[in-house]
Amino acid sequence: MRLHDVCPSRPAVEPVMSAHFMAGQPWRFYRTLHRCGKHSAPLWAPARLWSSSSESPPLHTRALLFLTQRFYDVELLMGLNSELKRRTVQWKNSYNSYARQRLGMNIALAHFVLRLKGGFRYVGQDDWFRVDKRGKFSWDFLNHKNTPIEEVDLSHSLINFTGLQSLEGQQSLRTLSLRGCSQVDDWFLARLHIFQNSLEELNISDCPQITVGGLAALRNLRGLRYLDISSLPRISSPGLVVILLEEMLPQCHIVATGYDLSMFQDTVEDEKEIKEQGKTDNRHGSINKVRCKYCILMGVKEVTIHHGNKAVPLKIIHFCFKKYSPSLTGTANNWRGRLF
Amino acid sequence: MLTWRRLHVKVRAAHAPLTSRLVTRQHAWTHGHLTSCLKLSTSTALRKDFFKDVETTFVEMKKKAADALPSSNWSPFYINPNLPPERADIVIVGGGVMGWSIAYWLKKMENSRNGMRVVVVEKDPVYTQASTVLSAGGIRQQFSLPENILLSLASADFLRNVNEHLNVYNEDPVDLQFNQSGYLFLANEKVAHIMEENYHIQSQFGAQVSLLSPTQLQERFPWINTDGVALASYGLENEGWFDPWSLLNGFKRKAISLGVIPCTGKVTDFDYTVTLAHMYDQDVMVRRVKSVKVQMPNSPEYQPVECAIVINAAGAFSAKVTEMLRVGSGDKYSIDGIPFPVEPRKRYIYVFNCPDGPGLDTPFLIDYSGVYFRREGLGGNYIGGASPDEENEPDAGNLDVDHDFFVEKVWPELAHRVPSFEKLKVTSSWAGFYDYNTLDQNAIIGVHPLINNMYCATGFSGHGLQHSPGVGRALAELILKGGFETLDLSVFGLDRIMKQEPVLERNIL
Repeated sequence: MRLHDVCPSRPAVEPVMSAHFMAGQPWRFYRTLHRCGKHSAPLWAPARLWSSSSESPPLHTRALLFLTQRFYDVELLMGLNSELKRRTVQWKNSYNSYARQRLGMNIALAHFVLRLKGGFRYVGQDDWFRVDKRGKFSWDFLNHKNTPIEEVDLSHSLINFTGLQSLEGQQSLRTLSLRGCSQVDDWFLARLHIFQNSLEELNISDCPQITVGGLAALRNLRGLRYLDISSLPRISSPGLVVILLEEMLPQCHIVATGYDLSMFQDTVEDEKEIKEQGKTDNRHGSINKVRCKYCILMGVKEVTIHHGNKAVPLKIIHFCFKKYSPSLTGTANNWRGRLF
Repeated sequence: MLTWRRLHVKVRAAHAPLTSRLVTRQHAWTHGHLTSCLKLSTSTALRKDFFKDVETTFVEMKKKAADALPSSNWSPFYINPNLPPERADIVIVGGGVMGWSIAYWLKKMENSRNGMRVVVVEKDPVYTQASTVLSAGGIRQQFSLPENILLSLASADFLRNVNEHLNVYNEDPVDLQFNQSGYLFLANEKVAHIMEENYHIQSQFGAQVSLLSPTQLQERFPWINTDGVALASYGLENEGWFDPWSLLNGFKRKAISLGVIPCTGKVTDFDYTVTLAHMYDQDVMVRRVKSVKVQMPNSPEYQPVECAIVINAAGAFSAKVTEMLRVGSGDKYSIDGIPFPVEPRKRYIYVFNCPDGPGLDTPFLIDYSGVYFRREGLGGNYIGGASPDEENEPDAGNLDVDHDFFVEKVWPELAHRVPSFEKLKVTSSWAGFYDYNTLDQNAIIGVHPLINNMYCATGFSGHGLQHSPGVGRALAELILKGGFETLDLSVFGLDRIMKQEPVLERNIL
């Protein structure tokens, strides 16, 4: 096997692009594309990469080998999609200081909320200003220059930390709904201190980026009366967090649905036994797939079942554990039939 | 041995026809074909042995010869693959959060890929004594120097968008576990005016801080005993604590993906030239580093790395680096005799558990007596400590923890301030070094006047972690663009050390 058969004759292309280049120097991008085209010509011709046989490798292998020599360019292309999304979020949240100066902050905020496909309600009025199915909204809000906004609904929108600047100065904002916002994170919650006197209801359920560190920042909202923190995926022990929040905000009503807050979760520790009380409701007793998987997640290696549900045969319970958590071993007391 | 015996026997056998028959008869084949000297060995018959061995030796020689031919990668000299490169552009001494932050920003701001070669030298890959990983991890804007406030704000900005900066394709995002709980400073009557002045400076430069009277404080945090407190300063935003290890790893991973070369080794010496110059009305010897001698761990092997610029980010041990250049050991009345004012100071952190303690809203509380604590996790655990007095500084030779210090100095103050801490249990503790600036306890950032190509970023005295992103950017600008651009940190320059003019923080403690 000769040396120049192993390494192709053309040198590896020096990667000259990087993400922050593309913004300022598009000519480099085009130069690299041109170079890619020039160098891809040998791709179509059979390349002498396998020296012992004269046939060329299949096309997909040749394509992959071509790409491996252009690691940084491939990395840039892969990142283009996420970069585009990030820029969309930035654009949607940009602060419109000109509108704020000329038309007042209420109109600027109204337009901002409608652009994000949210809704709002003025103080003293009953009807909401929203976006219709097609994404269009009416420009009636231009008539209400001096009416402050009382409720803002930005559920499932792209609001983020920079967008909060547009909400600054609203002294009578009482309700803020941020359900399902993917860009709302802990820093956003920390910034909410600007509404510390007026905010009474806050809904941050289903926000995937919020953690306990951000919830600690809600201590500044002294006027909060209703808080919804359902289904936050990044909270590890939701029962404990709800209790701590209730201590921190004694006058607030906290709603936290969408978590499995049973005794099972709160008492499990690493590699300790768990005792399961059988119940007659469920066909499989109180054992189900989620709990079996939970055993593995919490590092539990052994399960002991006392006072088993005599109506549920041991075999079914054995089957559940073995199917969903195969590495668990188990024993059972007070059962008829054999052990695991 | 066997060969000699074989030869010996061969000679004897050869001798046989030459010697007299009487002699040979003594060596007659009385025990079969084995002669007396081979009788005790366990090998097989002589003749067969020799030829078989010859064959194997031939095979080995053939393999060695094939290895030495040009197309193989065998080399008679073993080269340690962990050595740093022989030549680099910038060598960063110290692989803590400051060193890696500088490396990241240098690579981020270079104009072309592979434009310069940056090597980060760290002597301890597990960071047993490094200040970064042993710190409490807090970040605050409540300083009195505007540059400190702006640095903290810039760093908070960086941490807020940490994944935009430090994201590596196809790897997990950086999870800092940032707790947005704020800092709470408590002042008594004597220092309340300092706190108010600081508050005005902080608000002016953009920090979100609020002042609380004792009644407001009591209403906000019912678990505090406000006895002796005249004023409290509470951070509303951009303050809290985070995990220093994840930030360090984030910087390191991103810097390596941008092309920085990490090296595990200890800097033991410098090769430098000396010229005479006239500075500060004196004749001084100005050094210029030619190469850095990096010694491999647990081995006398070393590699001199020729470099253009050396960055001293060695933290608590920065003075040792300048000592290698004989700075500070000159005449006492010249600036050559001023030692580098950074020394390691040991500080203890105690982890204690108090089930009835303050809950989720616990800020990072710092009392005017010097005692501090913060919440750690959700299980009623807290981390606390105190700054010792100047006279009672613990010995900085090792990282052993003094438990009496907690019982005598920390616990009484804690129990006085938070009554529920009367019943607590210390679960663990550790000690770490501050890179303590003996002159004014503020950062040292800039070129060393006596060493032409050494940039220093050290002496942070406990604030290194929270300022690391901002300082990294500032130093990268200083090196690559010739001056500070976003933040002007010239107040932290080394001029003040040569002139012995401290730039002090007006703290309440």
